[in-house]
Amino acid sequence: MTGLSASPAPASGGASSQLPKVLLFGNPNVGKSSLFNLLSGGRAKISNYPGSTVQQNHAALALPSGKVELVDLPGTYSLRAHSIDESVAIRALYAWEGQPPAALLLVLDATTLRRGLYLATQLAESGLPLVVALNMMDEAESKGIAIDLEGLSRLLGVPVVPTVAKSGKGRVEVLKALEQNLAERKPVDRAEPLRFRAETEALLAPMEQALRGGDFDRGASARRLLAQWFLLSAGRDEGLGMPPALMQQLAPCLPAGSDLAAYENDLIESRYREVDRIVDACVRSRSLPQRRAAKLDALLTHPLLGVLIFIVTMLLMFEALFSWSEPLVSGIESLVEALQAGLVQWMPAGPLRDLLSEGVVAGVGNVLVFVPQIALLFLLLGFLDDSGYLARAAFLADRVMSSVGLHGKAFVALLSGFGCAVPAVLATRSLESRRDRLLTMLVLPLMSCSARLPVYILIISTVFPRQQRLFGLVSEGSLMMMGLYAFSILSTLGAAALLGRTLFRGPAPTFLLEMPPLRLPQFTHLLRQAGRRVLGFVREAGTIILALTIVIWALLAFPKSEAVERDFAARRQRLESQGATSEAQQALAREEASAQLAHSFGGRLGKALEPLVAPLGFDWRITLGVVGSFTAREVFVSTLGIVFGSETEDDEGASLRERLREAKRPNGEALMTPLVGVSLMVFFVLACQCMSTLAVVRRESGSWKWPLFMFAYMSVFAYGAALLVYQLGRWAGWA
Amino acid sequence: MQVILNTMSAVFRLAELRKGQRAVVERVEGERSTACRLLELGLVAGTELRLTHVAPFGDPLRVELRGYGLLLRRKEAHSIWVKAHPAGEER
Repeated sequence: MTGLSASPAPASGGASSQLPKVLLFGNPNVGKSSLFNLLSGGRAKISNYPGSTVQQNHAALALPSGKVELVDLPGTYSLRAHSIDESVAIRALYAWEGQPPAALLLVLDATTLRRGLYLATQLAESGLPLVVALNMMDEAESKGIAIDLEGLSRLLGVPVVPTVAKSGKGRVEVLKALEQNLAERKPVDRAEPLRFRAETEALLAPMEQALRGGDFDRGASARRLLAQWFLLSAGRDEGLGMPPALMQQLAPCLPAGSDLAAYENDLIESRYREVDRIVDACVRSRSLPQRRAAKLDALLTHPLLGVLIFIVTMLLMFEALFSWSEPLVSGIESLVEALQAGLVQWMPAGPLRDLLSEGVVAGVGNVLVFVPQIALLFLLLGFLDDSGYLARAAFLADRVMSSVGLHGKAFVALLSGFGCAVPAVLATRSLESRRDRLLTMLVLPLMSCSARLPVYILIISTVFPRQQRLFGLVSEGSLMMMGLYAFSILSTLGAAALLGRTLFRGPAPTFLLEMPPLRLPQFTHLLRQAGRRVLGFVREAGTIILALTIVIWALLAFPKSEAVERDFAARRQRLESQGATSEAQQALAREEASAQLAHSFGGRLGKALEPLVAPLGFDWRITLGVVGSFTAREVFVSTLGIVFGSETEDDEGASLRERLREAKRPNGEALMTPLVGVSLMVFFVLACQCMSTLAVVRRESGSWKWPLFMFAYMSVFAYGAALLVYQLGRWAGWA
Repeated sequence: MQVILNTMSAVFRLAELRKGQRAVVERVEGERSTACRLLELGLVAGTELRLTHVAPFGDPLRVELRGYGLLLRRKEAHSIWVKAHPAGEER
């Protein structure tokens, strides 16, 4: 991929990767990104972690002793990976291939120390200099939690700095502690490492010995920590961070056939006993009366009212995404049209002008047109996530989602799919596990996006005239429309169930989700985050969308037939000599465009595909529209406009509708029967005719494998379903 | 195993808790990877917890422990054994 040049990936050795690294660790929901923004002053860069699709923020910090690079790691609860994201954090800590980090910075939530100190005691044994930022001190205070900071620092053996990242408290102190740690290069000084039961110690000792002096040796306490990680991962964590060489090195130390469960329990329980000991010594809590937040929380998770609020919230979000962004979207569209018109006016006719106006400008427009929706989505999603509402929505929706093997949080992404699959694919970022993300991403283009709407409207108004009403209430057309949306929802859920039981077989990742307290998100943080993500989309998915627009334009524009050109030039001269009206001249120009389109690669493709799609009821002209719709589904309408030589742009497809109704097959039968219409719409519900979706799935999944698979399975479904509809309809005598 | 609800010594499943009821973790069973995850999230023996929310249709559950709220499905809650909290219930 291009586009990352502005922020060199650490592995490739850009300027920033030479700086000593400070890794930012923390549980999810502890204000890690707030602290990152506070320390970096919001000047973060985004790139992928080396060798993964997980995105990272990193920023250069100027400390008195020199610059360091602060790297924001994915949130993790422990030093044992359960997901790709977590394995990234662990790989960064051990950094087998490269330079080990210079220091660690751990963010703890002062209100959840009884859980957060688990990771703290692990990192304190890593052998690397560690600073603890004790965040959310204000919340702890209002909850009646008093913390003995000196005692905590002494028991952990590392400096502890109180912070309130949201309001900017503690920045200077954290930087000072980091500076001191880096200057002294002082490894962590724990009085003594955590001891386990004798049986566990007997198992760990040979492993620590085996690691000594090897490739993975980073000191005594790090060896011990590695041995624990291996014991907790033995036999099942392949691919989640632990290098195969390390597993091979330690595997002989395990007695064959031993049941590891008891050791695992001991490793984790002993550490939590230590955590409880530290908390009991340093933290005093007195219970305060319920705060307002608790009452709001009770409302939001209420079985009845909570569900109502949930539905209203989702509707509002949907409305915001697709109505509020509308003025901007149409603004961008008119700008693109104006640019194209300008080009047509000021440049001499020819392939270069067409390339610029219909390839480049249209392509840039195809990218920019997504920006308002994506920016809004990232803002809204960021707000839902940071406020803690997303976890509550997942709590309410999980029962339904889990019945088809999806995660509760996937609900938001699927719903966004009604608007546009591109932001919806980006919305899957809120899912932690790769399996959940991929599964959601692969099925959500089946949700009927707004770009399908113009197609449905054109076809329905062509084959189901509005006058016919059932029971005098609803028109056939609106019933058809509802049917299409219902069909799309069922297909999405069905595909999720199917893929979940086949391709993504095996134990579904467990649904274990922290429900953080309700908090007011920081607006500047949301804006910055949305800005960075929109830029990432434009840079990476945008380049693909632009390139594909040009490719498809070329397919439909070339080769030009000289015979057609000569023929029409002659006819034009004849018309002019007869003093014909400009209307007649425009009609001739449209006819020429239609003839040239039929001659192009795309036109020939349409004809070549005709035997294949004939059993679906499509002829080559419809097929050509389908080929054109690959740039974006609504292009189907304008491509058909060119094919049928109608004036689509001026009168919103009215005349196209007429021409479609009049269109005949070679044998004289009408082309667009209601049955063909339904077959075509069923095809559109299921087919993946959207290169922007494919481009964004390529970006989010990290390889072309998944978009290609998506394209293949959706095409097969679309073909099969349309075939079934058309053939059954014919058999039943409905035409 | 004989399960007697609501006596101090009885051990029962987290999934059997009533809303608002408190309990103390006894042990975590089941598939090891999930069990380890539950342990690492703090569900170790002796940890006090309280079932605070039950979602519509009875699944998932929200449990409060170690100062934070954890969402989990009944399936996982079924493999967590608890005993009644000495302090009993609390709204």
